[in-house]
Formats: sequence, structure tokens, C-alpha cells
Amino acid sequence: MSLRFSFDGRSYLGEPGDTLASALLANGVRLLGRSFKYHRPRGLLAAGSEEPNALVEVDRGYGARTPNLRATQVEVYDGLVARSQNRFPSLGFDLQAVNDLAAPLLSAGFYYKTFMAPRGAWAKLYEPLIRRAAGLGRAPDVADPDHYASRYAHCDVLVIGSGPAGLAAAVAASAGGARVILCDEQPRFGGSLLADRSARIDGLAAPDWVAAQVGVLASRPEVTLLTRTTAFGWYPDNMVGLAQRLTDHLPEPDPTLPRERLWQVRAKQVVIAAGAIERPLVFPGNDRPGVMLADAARTFAVRYNAAPGQRAVIATTSDTAYRAALDLQACGVEVALIADARLRADGPLPAAARAAGIRVETGMRVLATRGRRGIRVAIMGRIDLDGRVRNREWVRCSLLGMSGGWTPSLHLFSQSRGELRFDPASETFLPGASAAAERSAGSCRGVHGLDDALADGAMAGSAAAHDSGFDAALPAPCHVEGAAQAGWTSPVPARRKQRRAFVDFQNDVTSKDLLLATQEGFHSIEHVKRYTTTGMATDQGKTSNMNALSIVAAELGRPVPAVGLTTFRPPYTPVTFGTLAGYSRGVLFDPVRTTPVHGWAAAHKAVFEDVGLWKRARYFPRGDEDMHQAVARECRTVRSAVGLFDASTLGKIEIIGADAAEFMNRMYVNAWTKLAPGRCRYGLMLGENGFLMDDGVAGRLAPDRFHVTTTTGGAPRVLAQMEDYLQTEWPELQVWLTSVTEQWAVLAVQGPRARDVLAPLVDGMDIEAAAMPHMSVAVGSIVGVPMRLFRVSFTGELGFEVNVPAGHAQAVWEAVHARVEALGGCVYGTEAMHVLRAEKGYIIVGQESDGTATLGDLGLGWAIAKAKRDFVGKRSLDRADMTAVGRRQLVGLLTADPACVLDEGAQLTEAAAAPVGTRSLGHVTSSYGEATLGHSIALAMLADGRARLGETVYAQRPEGAMPVRVVDPVFLDPKGVRLNA
Amino acid sequence: MKHFSAARLLREAVRGQSGWTEHWRSPDRPAPAYDAVIVGAGGHGLATAYYLAKQHGITRVAVLEKGWLGGGNTGRNTTIIRSNYLMAESAALYDHAVKLWEGLSRELNYNVMFSPRGVMMLAHTVHDVQVAKRHVYANQLAGIDNDWLSPAQAQAYCPPLRLDAGMRYPVLGAALQRRGGTARHDAVAWGYARAASALGVDIVQNCEVTGIRRDASGAICGVDTTRGAVSARRVGVVAAGHTSVVMAQAGVRMPIESYPLQALVSEPVKPCFPCVVMSNTIHAYISQSDKGELVIGAGTDAYTSYSQQGGLHIATHTLDAICELFPQFRRMRMLRNWGGIVDVTPDRSPIIGKTPVPGLYVNCGWGTGGFKATPGSGHVFAHTMAHDAPHPINAPFALDRFRTGQLIDEAAAAAVAH
Repeated sequence: MSLRFSFDGRSYLGEPGDTLASALLANGVRLLGRSFKYHRPRGLLAAGSEEPNALVEVDRGYGARTPNLRATQVEVYDGLVARSQNRFPSLGFDLQAVNDLAAPLLSAGFYYKTFMAPRGAWAKLYEPLIRRAAGLGRAPDVADPDHYASRYAHCDVLVIGSGPAGLAAAVAASAGGARVILCDEQPRFGGSLLADRSARIDGLAAPDWVAAQVGVLASRPEVTLLTRTTAFGWYPDNMVGLAQRLTDHLPEPDPTLPRERLWQVRAKQVVIAAGAIERPLVFPGNDRPGVMLADAARTFAVRYNAAPGQRAVIATTSDTAYRAALDLQACGVEVALIADARLRADGPLPAAARAAGIRVETGMRVLATRGRRGIRVAIMGRIDLDGRVRNREWVRCSLLGMSGGWTPSLHLFSQSRGELRFDPASETFLPGASAAAERSAGSCRGVHGLDDALADGAMAGSAAAHDSGFDAALPAPCHVEGAAQAGWTSPVPARRKQRRAFVDFQNDVTSKDLLLATQEGFHSIEHVKRYTTTGMATDQGKTSNMNALSIVAAELGRPVPAVGLTTFRPPYTPVTFGTLAGYSRGVLFDPVRTTPVHGWAAAHKAVFEDVGLWKRARYFPRGDEDMHQAVARECRTVRSAVGLFDASTLGKIEIIGADAAEFMNRMYVNAWTKLAPGRCRYGLMLGENGFLMDDGVAGRLAPDRFHVTTTTGGAPRVLAQMEDYLQTEWPELQVWLTSVTEQWAVLAVQGPRARDVLAPLVDGMDIEAAAMPHMSVAVGSIVGVPMRLFRVSFTGELGFEVNVPAGHAQAVWEAVHARVEALGGCVYGTEAMHVLRAEKGYIIVGQESDGTATLGDLGLGWAIAKAKRDFVGKRSLDRADMTAVGRRQLVGLLTADPACVLDEGAQLTEAAAAPVGTRSLGHVTSSYGEATLGHSIALAMLADGRARLGETVYAQRPEGAMPVRVVDPVFLDPKGVRLNA
Repeated sequence: MKHFSAARLLREAVRGQSGWTEHWRSPDRPAPAYDAVIVGAGGHGLATAYYLAKQHGITRVAVLEKGWLGGGNTGRNTTIIRSNYLMAESAALYDHAVKLWEGLSRELNYNVMFSPRGVMMLAHTVHDVQVAKRHVYANQLAGIDNDWLSPAQAQAYCPPLRLDAGMRYPVLGAALQRRGGTARHDAVAWGYARAASALGVDIVQNCEVTGIRRDASGAICGVDTTRGAVSARRVGVVAAGHTSVVMAQAGVRMPIESYPLQALVSEPVKPCFPCVVMSNTIHAYISQSDKGELVIGAGTDAYTSYSQQGGLHIATHTLDAICELFPQFRRMRMLRNWGGIVDVTPDRSPIIGKTPVPGLYVNCGWGTGGFKATPGSGHVFAHTMAHDAPHPINAPFALDRFRTGQLIDEAAAAAVAH
């Protein structure tokens, strides 16, 4: 069954199992992309995730458009729509290819040397042009319609990669019952075996052996098999991130399925079998479409049945490309020449190639290529020791397969903090000493032959199982035929002085750029990378880093390790943001916390505000009241009758134990020892720096039990500070802390008629002033529901806070509300609460205070128990600046125009005129329009404020300065008559 | 130092780039003596050396670097530049830097690509609005540009911003500093290195300071390094996350904690994001580099560490926030993710000035936001080292403020929620 897909608007047919790359190749399409800087025509370099050139956009048509995908990883499905990118007007004719002609001007780092004049021109003129030219694909512009999943997993052995070493490791590791996860980035397990047409393992053809092994693994219940899953990063303590692609290969995915899934796997042991990546050769014209890695050509031909060309030249510095040549020949490609840069090639593979009638030349290299939009001729030759070219020869070809040896994939090993070891013989880095519970197996640690890799994998799997506590007998070695041992010889370095040859294909970094960087003093490979951008493209230098390093080391005359290796940074291949974000979206991004009476409030048309994670009712408009009208009404009702307020969001911590009072003494500035059970105190907590951190009323329920409240936003911070001290500084204290914020709902009943509201409801409790004065607490019940009743006020009125178990809150609320209504009261929200408390001069932590305010600044110095030996923050209070002259102090402000409402945050100045640079005397912290006092009010932090009472300062506003009179912050009932009623 | 210009680029293009020379001299080892030694060749250290030579005539200066220059936080940050700080002291310091940024490419003859594309800080709650407006008003009074924008104005400035109803964190407005923006971080280090080197400063890389020498009076007389001893009467330590380690060699304990801070970039795409957007409430900040990558800053780990490797959950949490604010970027892909070590003081403001040891100066504690200050920091620190007395701008940032209590606590001023 053929699959119909389109590329750049043209329709093609592909086969199941095809990638976009193989399908286009099979259709004779060789031009797949344009390079980043010079817009040179580019074809496929590789067949896997290391591909630098063939980046495409895939468009599913419902806003699901993804840029920068590698054609070698895009699986063809019926209806696939793909487009090339970064070209105008078309891939075949790209106007920006003019850059290539200007290449001498655009050498490494050119942009650091120009575009500086005139001042400001960079941002206005040059940068916009450069930005438009840069970038690859187009970012999606509508919200992603897909969703993503994530999960955590634990396993005994995680095996990364399913080539011969990885499969053998997974089979060996799981034999004794260990929980094994095997993952591979490809749609099928097997790795290099999928492109192996000659090897027979235990009598089976390679793909059949793979199928048999996968069958064995699938039959083991403790094994998890993950294809299309890239192990992208290694994190502390053997945590490996896996990105699993679930639906991108499906023609019509079920919309309820996630597109991708993030796995965070904590593995006792990890076997890294990530394989190796073939290294390109560096010669002029090495980026022409049709020039590709030899093994990629073989993979396209053997695995995908997509001929990468009709007539091939193979250029190599090692034996493995002979295998590619033989397989290409067997697939019907004419192999005109194998040019081996080494002076001798005597291994079994070169012998087999010669025996197959392929012309083999040693000491021969590619000098250049020719062809428009694709290679037509390879110019070959030999180079003397003195650099002269001999035996120049033009060889007609449509495919140039190149191999500069193999680079082990060390990304994850390096991220695990393992030490890299340079092997001069193969000119590669290999894994050295491990830093984590991992081991590498197969070609990622330089073990290349098939039988060696199988044995290495089995050994690693078995050892990993053993180290995670399982019996693991080493399985019998596999019997391998037909996989001629590939010799491993030193790559021949690129020629130093030559015309432009590409090293980093995607970023268009050439050998010349690298030499220029060294000429300009960039000698660390990290500097070279950043100056030339080599290795910084979306392939992260998989095919280019070692070549760049070799060239720089040779130029500097230093050994490769002395030049250094750039850091391997996650992810191995790019990972979708959505995958990393997982389920986090909307309310799952941050939970919304609601109180037990939220539904009631919503039903009564409350307007909510976000406070931390909480939704709090801000006001309850009636009819067509605006916020100010509603708030003013709510305030007046509280002052004249009674109001009901949902204070459930207040943090609540129960502090229990024989040392509870001592603990309170140490955490808060106040004195707690003598506070009698049944009484409350307004507690103030400092940070270690001596500034106010949080406040709240604490009630003593019993000698060994306190009910502490915190601010809404401060609850977690306060509990954390308490636990921090309790666990690390005072572990000897007999104290237990429990967050009970969610357990107690709090109904604040405030106003002159508050007692009348509650008296009939509180099941026989005496709540008259004598029995329950201001700042007392009692345990009882209300309408049959257990209750902790606090007599406290945040409004300046007679007030109670009814704490009831959250599950009963709605019923109690409704009962109380009925009484409130009956007595002419109403519900009020946070905004009225703010106004009422401001009229009384009560602060809100985080609004009046801001983390730089002392208790003295806030007029709360009276609360500090001077006689106490110590409490958190006490030592800091002795610092000179804490009591210095000029500190900002809490004051009230009255505007000259009583209707004027200052903006919160407005700055205060000495004079009305405030030219730039005028010193600020302070700022308005809270400001409210007229509610119950007949004029607007504001609170402010003002330099030496208490000494300025009665003076006039100026509040700066966009519409002009407003004179304000400095007054005491308590606007209402300074004697507390209403409070104590 | 050969002048960089378009004309020179053209000339070198014609003659095969053969005339370019090294951007800075790379002496193998330090000389036996200098008038001043800077420990740490990051942006701040190199800028200090440059201004010592340029403005104070002190050219016998060595910058000693354990690794490669610009390899620490200078080359790892998200390149955001702004000065819209709340406290007058901070605003003065960072605005001093912004003014230097504005002429820096020309000053150094090195294109540092300072791009004042605007830094927009979002407000999502009533409390955010209060805090943001307080910043705006304070900045306006101090002559530092910062404007309050309505949600619609914010979207007009930054079209990718979404104002959909029902968002978990709706945009209630934004504070915009138009002079803020980004610069090319590596170029800043290289530009200062080149200009300092041209004035005679020796930058010695792969040269770790292993000891700080003091004479009988207790004053500084030199440093020991892995490449030989150096005598100097003035030593400035500008070692960012490792400052505590270096200062311990002189017996000075620093009030610093070091944490890994992460950042990440997406694959490059065509221009899609015009400015810098920050949201303190949901911990996200994002801009787009000239190359086309979305540059995204993540948070610090909860634990102190010198490992440049943070937890995956820190990076994913940031992407949670980015995807929530900009759901169109959910299909973008993370290309690179890395960490750096940031040095955090108790009040989250830097320490720039003298130390109890005569001749020893320290510039550190920039926490998560030091890049933006680079030119200003180097400028005032050079002044401090040259005159043995702080510049008025860095005087409030003295080490002894933790003794006096005269803290400059931006974070506390801005971030305490009620």
C-alpha cells in the first residue's frame, strides 16, 4: 500500500516504513533544504537524527504546524504535508543564495566588526535585517491544539539504544526478572541491524534476529519497550529524561491521545548503547546534494530500498565504508570507485570489495566536487607530502559516500559527569571513569564489530542487572556470520590550506572560518564554537564537532584534548516544549484554590481576585453597582450593622507539644509564656534579617496547644520557616506543626451587631463581652457543628471569626448569613475588608510592609517582648540602620481634595515640583475612595513620617502633584471603643 | 589594535582575511608584578580591567582566569538588560550601566549588539499591579523610563501576548522599559578583552589563583597561581559563583550562597517575538535572539551547589509557564539547556567595594541578574580600585551593609505577597 504525501506542494508516493527523507530520495528528490547563512542547496547528509541539512515544516492543518523537523525522522503517513523552509521564493530558486557570493564578507564573526555606526543604527537598521535573514522555520502562530502527557517511572535497568549492543543488553538484563526499560529514538528496534543485509546472527538474518529478540523482551512482564523515544538528558541521581513521540506518525490520530509523553525515569542502573555517528570528510564542495555519509547511503539503499544515486564514489578513511560500497553495489548502485585516503587498505572488507570487482584506490582523496544542485563529478587525486596534487581524476557520479571514521555518541555519558578519555588511535573520545551508575556498551564506547558489540552489550546488561540486585548469568555468545570485522584505523586529517569546505553544515561553518578563528586568537574550543557558531545548530554538532576540533588542534599544533571538547548539553535532540510542560496547562498549570463557600459566593455574583493560588471574593455587586459602589455599601453596612466575610484562605497552623509556648517565643517577637489559654495575641514574625515577615492572630487553646493564623500568601513560607528552625536548630523541642489551612473554614462576622448574629447560633455559649472579651478564643459549637470561636477584628468593629470544619462550612455559612441578613447586614469581600482595615490603620503584610520594613517603621514596635532572650530576627535589630533617622514610617494621608483617590505606588515628595532626580520621601501603600468617613484615605510609608504629622507633602501623579496632609494612620476610633464593645 | 569597520571587512574579504590578528594577546603566564590583579575574566572582571586602563591610567593590570575568558555566567545568561529597579540605589547602578550599554559598541569598537527592544514585565494579579505601578512611579521620579501599559497596549507592543478570557494568569497590565533590551553576551566579554588587551592589560587564561598573599601588616601583596606567583598591591576578586572560594584564600568569609541557575533556548525560527517579556509571578522570561532562538530563563535549584547542572523539573517548570503565557510556542522545541552558578547575597543585591583586607576588593553577589550591569559594574569597580574608595554609585553596595543593616532588598520590596 503506497502512501501519498506532499513536499513543497508536489505530491509523491511513499511506502510504509519510509521517512520523508527516504521517500523523497526514492522519488529522485535530492534538494531538501537551504543552509542557514549562505542558502546553499542541500540534500541529505545522514539518515538519522544527526541530519543537519534536511529540515522541514510539517503541517497537519489544524494549527498543528511544526518547524525544523528532520526529514530523516519524519515518518511518512498518508496525507503528510511537508514544506521546505528558509528560502524565498522557492527551494529551487532562492534569492538569498546571493549570500554565497558575498561569503568572503560574511566570514566568521563578521558581525562583531561592523554595523556600529552611527550610534543606534544597529537596533534600528542592521539588526532587523539580520533577524529577518536568520531563523530557520516559521514559529507556530496559533495555540497548539494537541496535548501532552508525562509520567514518572522507576526501573532497575534502563537501556538506551536498541542496536546490537542495546538489544543484547536488554535481553541479558531482563533475564533474571529485573525491571528493564528499553528505549530507542527510531520507530523500530534494531538500530544498525535494520540496514544490515549480510550478517546472520544465530543463523538468522539481522532483522529477523532483531524480531526474535524483541519477541523475547515483549514476553517478559517486567520489560517496558519504548520506540520513538529519545533519551534526551541525564539529570542528577540517575534520572534520565525520555521524550516519546506518540501520534506524529499517524495519518489521523485520535484527538484524545497525547501527541508526546515525557518520561522521567529514575534508573538504578543505566546501559548506554547510543551507538556512533559517522564523521563527514572535509573537502571543498562536500555539501553538494548527493554527497552523504557512506553509511547513510547504505541505510537508504538497504533499509528503505531508496537508491541514493545511480553511480557512486566512496571516499573513506576507514574500512566500514567498504561495507557500504558492497551493499550499495548489491542494491544495484554502480560503485565507480572507492578512494581510501589511507596508504594501505588490507582488511577483509577492502579485500571483499576488490573481489567484488570494485576499483579501490588508496592514498586518494576528494579534491572537489562539481554539479549544480547536486553532485555530478568528484575530482579525485593524490597529495604529496609537500602538498602537490598528483593523479588528478574527474569521476562522474551522482552519489559521493564519505566516511571519516566514527564518533561515539558520548552525550549522555558526558552529561552523567563521566570522564571522557581521548583515544589517539581512533582520534575519538571514549567513555572513561563513570560518575553515575551507568555503563556504556557497543560502539558508543568504541566497540564496533557486530559480534563484539553483541558480546559487550550482553555483558553490560548482565552486569547492570547484577548491580541492581538480580541474578544475571551471562547468556551464551551469539554466533555471527557475514559481518566482516571492520578495521578501525586513524582518520586522516583534513588538509589545512584549502578552499572553503564545510564542517558544520547547518550553520555554514567552513574550515576557513575555523582557521580564521584561531588566527584571531580564539584558541579554546569553546571560544571557537561561540565565535564561528560551529556545533551550535539544531544538530548540536553531531557530525561536525570532532572535525572542528581536529582542524583547530592541527592548526594550533596541539593535541586534541589540550584544545578541549565543548560541553555536551541536553537535550540530545530537540524536545518539544509541550512535552516538557506535560499536563501543565490552565488550571493544571497552577491549581486554583477555592474556599468551602466559593460556590455560594459565585452564586451570589461575587467578583473574584487571585491571591496566591486562591480565588477570593473581592466584592458582591448588587444590581448594576460598580466596584466602588459595592465596596462603599459593604463598608457602610459593616460599620452600621454587620458584615459576613469569608476568611478561610488565612493560613492556619496548629502548634502542639510541651514546648509549644517556648517555640512560639522563639518564632515570634511577642511574649507567649503568660498568655492564658482562651486568650489570643496578634503575633508578628520576623525574617532573620529583622524585617517583618508575617503576621496573624494566634490563640492559645491549651497550655500545650496554639492555633496560629498567617496571611493568605504567607502560609507556606511561615510553615517552612517554622519547620526549618524546628528541624535544624531546635530539634530538642517537643513541638509538632500541622498545617490546618484547608481543615478550618473561617467566617468573619464583623460589626456592631456581630454578637447579635451569633448569640442564638452558638449552642449555649456565653459570648458577651465579659465572658468573651476582644482577643479571646473559645471552643464550642455552632448550629451543632464543632467550632473554634475567636473574638478578633480586622475591621475595627466588634468582631468574631467562626472556625468550623471545612466540610460543614457551607451549612454554617448559610445559617449565619440568614441571621446577618435578618439584622440588616450583608456579605463583604476582600476589597471592603481592605478599606475597613485601612480606616483603622491596620497593615497588610506585603502592602504596607514590603520586606524592608521593621516593626518600628510600621508602628508595631510595642509588640516586641524586650525581655526575651532571643527570637528569630532579634540579632538583626541591633544593626545601626534598623533604627536610623530617615527610615520610612507608616502614616496616614489625607488629600487636599477629599474626592481624590491617589494611585497606590504614587511617590511622595517634599515639593509639588518634582524635576527628574527628585528624592522620593516614600510612597502610597494603600489608597481608597470615600467609604464611611466622608473622604478618601491613604496609607503611606514616609521618611521620618511620624515626625511629620500635620505637615503637607506632595503625591506625584501623571495629572499633577496632589498636596496631602500627613496624619496618624488610625482614621477611626483610635481608642478602640467599637472594637471592645 | 586594528580598527574594526565595514571598510576593513571589505579589504580583508579581498585579501583572503590574512590581515586579521588576534583579538587579544594571550600571554602564557602572568608577569611577576602588576599594579592591579583582577581574579576572574568574566564580563565584569574584563570591564574592570578595561576601565582601570582607560579611565584611571592603570595599565599594568592582569586578569587571571581559571578557565577561558567569558566562560562563566557571562556566556550563560539570557542577556537581558534593564534598569527599572525599585530602589534608588539599584536603579542608579543599573541605569549607569544602561547608559554605558548605549555607547558600548562604539566605545569598544566591537559590536556587542545592544538592542533596546524593550523589557516588559507583566502583572497578573491586583497585587502585581500595585507592585508594578510602584516601580513605574519610582522610576519616573528618578528619571528612568518605565511606563505602565494597559493589557491592550501591552499586546500592541508585543503581539504574541494573549489576552484570552479565562487564562489561569490573565494579563492585567505591564510595565515597559523601552530602553531595556538584550545584547550579545560573548561579544561583551570579547570586546572588553580586546580593548583592555590593546591598552596593555594581560589576560591570562587557564591560570587559577591558588592563594592570596598578605604582608606583615595584613595588606594584600600578591597572589599565587597555577602559572606562578604574582605580586600586586591591589587585587580585585570578580569570581561570581566561586567568589566565596577565592575570598576564603584571604581569610574573608562572604555572605554568599551559590546556586545552579538554568536557561534554555529553542530551535531558531523566523522573527516572532519582538521584545523581552518577564513575568515574576509565574517565573518566566523570554526573548528571541538575533539568530532566531527563543531564549528562556529558568529558576535556581532549591539547593546550594557548585555543579552547573540543575534539575529537569526546574527547566520544565519554566516551560510550563512559557506555554501557559504563549500557548502557540507549545510546539517549539528546546534545543539547548544549561546551567551556571550564581552567587546570591542575603539581600539579593551585589557587593561592590572594599573588604576588611587592605588592597583587596570584591565585586560579586549579582545573583541571577549580573549581565545587565556589566559595563556599570566594571566602571564603578575600577573607580573603587583606583581610588581605594567607592564611586558614589557603588558606595551603598558595600560589604559592611550586612553589618549595618542598610540593605538594598529589591526582591523583598517587590515579591512579598499578602
